[in-house]
Amino acid sequence: MKLSKVIVPLAALIAAILWLAASLRPEKNATTFDVAGFARLHVKADGRSKPLDTVARATLLRFQGRQAVRNADGRKLEPAEWLLDATFRPEAAARYRVFEITHPELLALAHLRAADGDGGKRFSFAQLQNSIDAIHEKARQADARPSAGRDGFDRAVLALYGNLAAYRNLEYSLAPPAGAPAHDTFHMMAQFGTLLAIPSDAPGGEWRKPGEAFLADAAAQNKTGNPAALAYAGLAYTWRAQDAASFNEIIRLFHADLAKRFPAEMRKASIETAFNRADLFYHSSILFVIVFLCAAVSWLRWPDALRWTALHLMTLAWLVTTAGILTRMCLGGYPPVTNLYSSALGVAWFAVTLCLVLEILFRNAIGSMAGGIIGFCALLIAHYLSLSGDTLEMMQAVLDNNFWLATHVVTITFGYGAMFLAGILGVIYIVLHAFTGALTRETSATITRMVYGIVCFAMLFSFAGTVLGGIWADQSWGRFWGWDPKENGALIIVIWCAVLLHARWGGLVRERGIMAMAVFGNVVTAWSWFGTNLLEVGLHSYGFTSSGAIALAAFVASQLIVIGLALLPPKNV
Amino acid sequence: MRAIWQSFLDFFTSLKLTVWLLVLSMVLVFLATIDQRELGVFGIQQKWFYTFIVVHFIKGFPMPVFLGGYTIGALLFVNLTAAFICRFKLTWKKSGIWLTHAGLILLLIGGFLSGLMQEDYQMRIREGETKNYSESFHLYELAILDTTPAGHDNVTAIPDSILSRARASAPLDLGDVAGLPFRVTVRAYYQNAVLVRPGSDPRFASLPTATAGIGQRALAVPVAPTWRQNESNWPAVYVEISDPKNSARPPETWLLSSQLGEPQTFDYDGRRWRMELRPARRYTDFSLTLLKVTHDLYAGSNIPKNYASLVLLRAPGDPDGREVRIHMNAPLRHGGLAFYQYQMRAEAGESVLQVVSNPGWLIPYIACTLMTLGLLLQFTISLCNFARRTKP
Repeated sequence: MKLSKVIVPLAALIAAILWLAASLRPEKNATTFDVAGFARLHVKADGRSKPLDTVARATLLRFQGRQAVRNADGRKLEPAEWLLDATFRPEAAARYRVFEITHPELLALAHLRAADGDGGKRFSFAQLQNSIDAIHEKARQADARPSAGRDGFDRAVLALYGNLAAYRNLEYSLAPPAGAPAHDTFHMMAQFGTLLAIPSDAPGGEWRKPGEAFLADAAAQNKTGNPAALAYAGLAYTWRAQDAASFNEIIRLFHADLAKRFPAEMRKASIETAFNRADLFYHSSILFVIVFLCAAVSWLRWPDALRWTALHLMTLAWLVTTAGILTRMCLGGYPPVTNLYSSALGVAWFAVTLCLVLEILFRNAIGSMAGGIIGFCALLIAHYLSLSGDTLEMMQAVLDNNFWLATHVVTITFGYGAMFLAGILGVIYIVLHAFTGALTRETSATITRMVYGIVCFAMLFSFAGTVLGGIWADQSWGRFWGWDPKENGALIIVIWCAVLLHARWGGLVRERGIMAMAVFGNVVTAWSWFGTNLLEVGLHSYGFTSSGAIALAAFVASQLIVIGLALLPPKNV
Repeated sequence: MRAIWQSFLDFFTSLKLTVWLLVLSMVLVFLATIDQRELGVFGIQQKWFYTFIVVHFIKGFPMPVFLGGYTIGALLFVNLTAAFICRFKLTWKKSGIWLTHAGLILLLIGGFLSGLMQEDYQMRIREGETKNYSESFHLYELAILDTTPAGHDNVTAIPDSILSRARASAPLDLGDVAGLPFRVTVRAYYQNAVLVRPGSDPRFASLPTATAGIGQRALAVPVAPTWRQNESNWPAVYVEISDPKNSARPPETWLLSSQLGEPQTFDYDGRRWRMELRPARRYTDFSLTLLKVTHDLYAGSNIPKNYASLVLLRAPGDPDGREVRIHMNAPLRHGGLAFYQYQMRAEAGESVLQVVSNPGWLIPYIACTLMTLGLLLQFTISLCNFARRTKP
């Protein structure tokens, strides 16, 4: 008894904590170069201060959907190491296969075969070099079409051309390209560079591109030059010469100088670099898978040990997710949910919070099972949404209002989370009902009560969130309600909750009907969350792609199949 | 008779009706949202919500396809009110439900009222310019101005709701419009039209033509109105100016269109007149002067950080005026109107303010507060009951 309830779960918890702790260790440099020190240098880009580590990771994610990159010898590089090569040694970086191309017509345009690519889809700049003019021409044609009229090839070629341009710009972003630093190069750097890497002279002042600093020094006939611009030029020189000792010395001096002048930003940059490395959401999504497996197996074997293990691990995964969200809030200076990516984190967090409550109240592993599924799925969605670039972006003027972000957006996200949880519970019920004999009358009644309670929560949060959104819209646009697609999506969720609750109160549906309706709630919520972004109309439409549309359609189909399963006679009760 | 009344009452107070109406309203909202791709947000409101029956054109033929927002809303309202009166009991246990539904009744009323009474305008204004009127987004008016007096114009404006009664087969005689010495007849009004060269296509031979002004060199051809997000309608009107008392002066037909660029002018009885078809205006007794526009970006990005318009507000009793900064999430409310920062072309020093008049704006606030309180109360009561039951 003691073994199953205490020792096994505790052992699992300790093992998981050790595994997590391992990812928090400070980075050891793989080479003699202080790449980690370079990664922690902070610059301004996209309106915020961030470490070069984030720049490197976000750029790689955007290019190829992952952060891993190998050099020509097959050695795995740190993202910052790749950035060093891409900015300072483009001739070496040109051979790293970091551009993902999957569209067959685009491959044909670039005269490439899938077999030439790393993993059949990643290609190097060198492989693309000869086709750049053709890609540019096609991208120009695609750009001229209205966004609604672009097909898959148009979007693919636009994305690739954008990535190639961003890649080329890196070369001009930190230091003059190899060769004599001529005045022309400075102009190129001032024009094409994308990173504001040169700190302001006084705190709160404007940051500049290295090219602008060089031009200003040249114009003022400043013989000593800007220290930061010279530091980056020195890093470039030593990196090209592969002189580790000098490289590390420049990093040390540069850090000492920045730490004196910008202590707060440097601390933030260190935290962000550690946060990037720790990859908390990846670790918690793995934990959620284990939670699900433990909860599922607990119905067949070792019920006590596995159920408690699942609960312990779910609590840990919840804490890790919470820590991740709090870190993001502290780094970005915004409330938790600011974009689609962070709304997925919010959905995971709130749904798992409810699951913890359910599991503590009912102690039947159903809460853990639902938590494992929804936690993992929401974090997976978040991962795919993070591929579009830096997820800690600044907020557009109309959205830049912490009060409404903290109230309306968070409440709506909680509504989504509760809806999905009710839907997942419905799926669990229907699967148990159709395929196993495990659904006793008692379990069935318990799940129904859970779903009812969660739908009440969903109704409350969705309604309050929609109303808060209406008030925000009234304050900023002069109308409480404007039939904007996202508003309509939220309204549909509220109506669907009302339908479910009224159908139950009126006795129009029984247990299975409620479950089927809860599963349909998944469809309604997914539509509200993502479907409205596909319409490309309205004030709320922001970033979403056609692969997202396919995923959404597949999800809707799967849910309809589950609803169909609810019509099957029970396996046995 | 009593039995019929009872079954009638049962039908209208039933939960089954509620559920079906809610499902219908959900489908309505969903279809209308999808239709926004075609029609834009203003078009779908007219087609799906502010109507009794949704009419969809299938291969050019109008087909009723769904119940409109008014029908479903009215039925829901009847169902809700009937149930509220006949079935709801105000007990402590059901107080939350009572409150929620009372709020919902108020919300439906408020939504209906604001659909009727809310008016949206825009004020397009450049730096240094002063305006005391705003212009409608969708409505137009035929303005006939007597420009003879120095310092001011005498304006007669005829809204498009009247103009649109004119048919090519049945011109609309406006009779003796007050203050005008001549007779005005609307020969045709097109909600949306393109201008072509006259005689360019034999199909247009039967359309009205102008006999005076720049309209003699153009022909307005009606096309289907659009409500898409990035398209606008270009209305056109053919107006005949005549004088039945003076047969020596032949009637003249003028073409007016917002595409013609400049208004049409003519002399009559020694006075100088101007005619134009322009967005309907709403004048106010106060004026705004745009002092400065600002449009900031975040450093190193194209993400807008802020849009703001600094205006000088001059009201009748306050000739010196006061400065107001209108920016995102911070409108100016004055004289029953609210001015919001809407669009901006900072490089041209131009700002567009959205001007809204909605006397019922407070109702949704009250209704939603009631509903949220009601839901909170009801679910708290349920939660307490649940906690009491699960306690061992």
